[in-house]
Amino acid sequence: MNFKNAENRSQVYETWRRLKKSRTAVIGLILIFILVTVAIIAPLLYDYNNDIIKQNIKERMQKPSLAHPFGTDEFGRDILGRIIYGARISLIIGVTSCLLCGSIGIILGVVAAYYGGMIENVIMRFSDILMAIPSILLAIVIVAAFGVNLFNIIIAVGVATIPQYIRITRASVLTVINQEYIEAAHSIGAKTPRILFRHILTNCFAPIMVQATLRIATVIAEAASLSFLGLGVPAPTPEWGAMLAGGRAYMREYPHLVLFPGLAIAFTILSLNLIGDGLRDALDPKLKK
Amino acid sequence: MLLPVLIGVSFIVFFIVNLAPGDPARIIAGVETDEETVERIREDLGFNKTVVERYGIYMWKALQGDLGTSYYSNKTVIEAFMERIPNTLLLGFWSVVFGLIISMPVGIISAIKQYSIFDNLGMVLALTGISIPSFWLGILAILLFSLKLQLLPSGGNEFWYSVILPSITNGTQMMALMTRMTRSSMLEVIRQDYIMTARAKGLDEKTVVLKHALRNALIPVVTTAGNFLIMMIGSAVVTETIFSWPGVGRLIVESISKRDLNMVVGCVILITFIISIINLVIDLIYVLIDPKIRSSYGIMKG
Repeated sequence: MNFKNAENRSQVYETWRRLKKSRTAVIGLILIFILVTVAIIAPLLYDYNNDIIKQNIKERMQKPSLAHPFGTDEFGRDILGRIIYGARISLIIGVTSCLLCGSIGIILGVVAAYYGGMIENVIMRFSDILMAIPSILLAIVIVAAFGVNLFNIIIAVGVATIPQYIRITRASVLTVINQEYIEAAHSIGAKTPRILFRHILTNCFAPIMVQATLRIATVIAEAASLSFLGLGVPAPTPEWGAMLAGGRAYMREYPHLVLFPGLAIAFTILSLNLIGDGLRDALDPKLKK
Repeated sequence: MLLPVLIGVSFIVFFIVNLAPGDPARIIAGVETDEETVERIREDLGFNKTVVERYGIYMWKALQGDLGTSYYSNKTVIEAFMERIPNTLLLGFWSVVFGLIISMPVGIISAIKQYSIFDNLGMVLALTGISIPSFWLGILAILLFSLKLQLLPSGGNEFWYSVILPSITNGTQMMALMTRMTRSSMLEVIRQDYIMTARAKGLDEKTVVLKHALRNALIPVVTTAGNFLIMMIGSAVVTETIFSWPGVGRLIVESISKRDLNMVVGCVILITFIISIINLVIDLIYVLIDPKIRSSYGIMKG
């Protein structure tokens, strides 16, 4: 019998078991599930070229109706369809930015804690510097300097993730690094990378997961603010922040132009926050029964 | 710690802005200017030197209190910044006041009456507050209070009450986070033995909560106040743009669209400087309210 697999399974299983008990987490998971499903099947619901980016002046500024449940925008495009396609952009930005910059942060954090000394000092000062600049300001500067495209936006909103992960990972590695089982692993001749990734990093699972859900929410909000300031994914790509900015000029007569895109952002962030809260409770050792 | 961080910040921001593709001299001159003029601008502004040289010169001047001049007006970066920063700080101050006025009582009452209707309602509102992006909140606020009800101005800072909508917009997220934090740290404190002792001594509930519990419960809240501040000044960039509030955030956004690089780099460095100073003050307040730290300092001195 393989003990390691049994251990791994039980940690994930245990988390899932407790997560299921939290009502908020389940609601959050259902909402996110709906959002992801809709984002995936978007091409089945709307044709990108005809419904989403083609301007149709005859139908501009329609109030919500059966044909257009959320109405149409200033170019006559269906707002519901654009919101659904916008979900794809937001989710892609949120997830890839956290995966990419989160991994960098985790690696730097592990290295800092494991090697200590000068290396740790340099990495920690680097993270202090990144934390000192307000993240949206850093994102604005990066996008403004390197140009507006999807990849630059992903990096720009993700940079602030790096120091956070450095800190979290370093702190949780430091709590386990002196324990006897690590010494035991050393003594049976396990190599450093193996010890780092199999024995140390698996114990940092909880804080990393909680942080990930909350970071994705923040990153999505920040990417939307960038678009709102005109530094987001270029038009005519449907993006929630840009839709809000575009509808602003007409909002006195047509409030639906700013109402629905904003609701979509709030809905996404709310569901991620619900999951994050539930996950935090489920993974909190203090609440373990 | 202050100076190394500032030098690091200037290094990162300077290089991001200066390594960007595109010829800054050409952008300043415009597309139709002839090559000679562009060359002159390039020399005037020092773009013909390498980035490292330029950074050296920049930092040497910066240490003497000279962050350069705007490419477009004759104002120095420091002048332009000083003109705008009072407005940003004013906005930040009222956002904090708004956040505290709501979050403190709601957090405390929610903790004391855990799982009551008030608690549940308060927590739902807090979660909503965290989830609503500030720029949307700002737009909704303008829509309701300025366009429909016509109670408050939708932008500018001509009247004393112009600050109301921007600071509510800017402060809501912090208010929601603070409420949750006050509640959870209050819940932890209230279960401790010394609170029971205080009750057993026959103190009335008000003294127990406000004097014994709150002081300890506030410690983690104050510790994170620095993070809130950074968040707040960051979100001020967006808030100031929505409400045409003449602060530093809007200055940065305007300068970026004009590619006024000196202004952008200088303002980001100065804003980080201000944040660091305020963080220092918060650390001092922390020492004042936490007896554990105060006594450990006392021991060190003795």
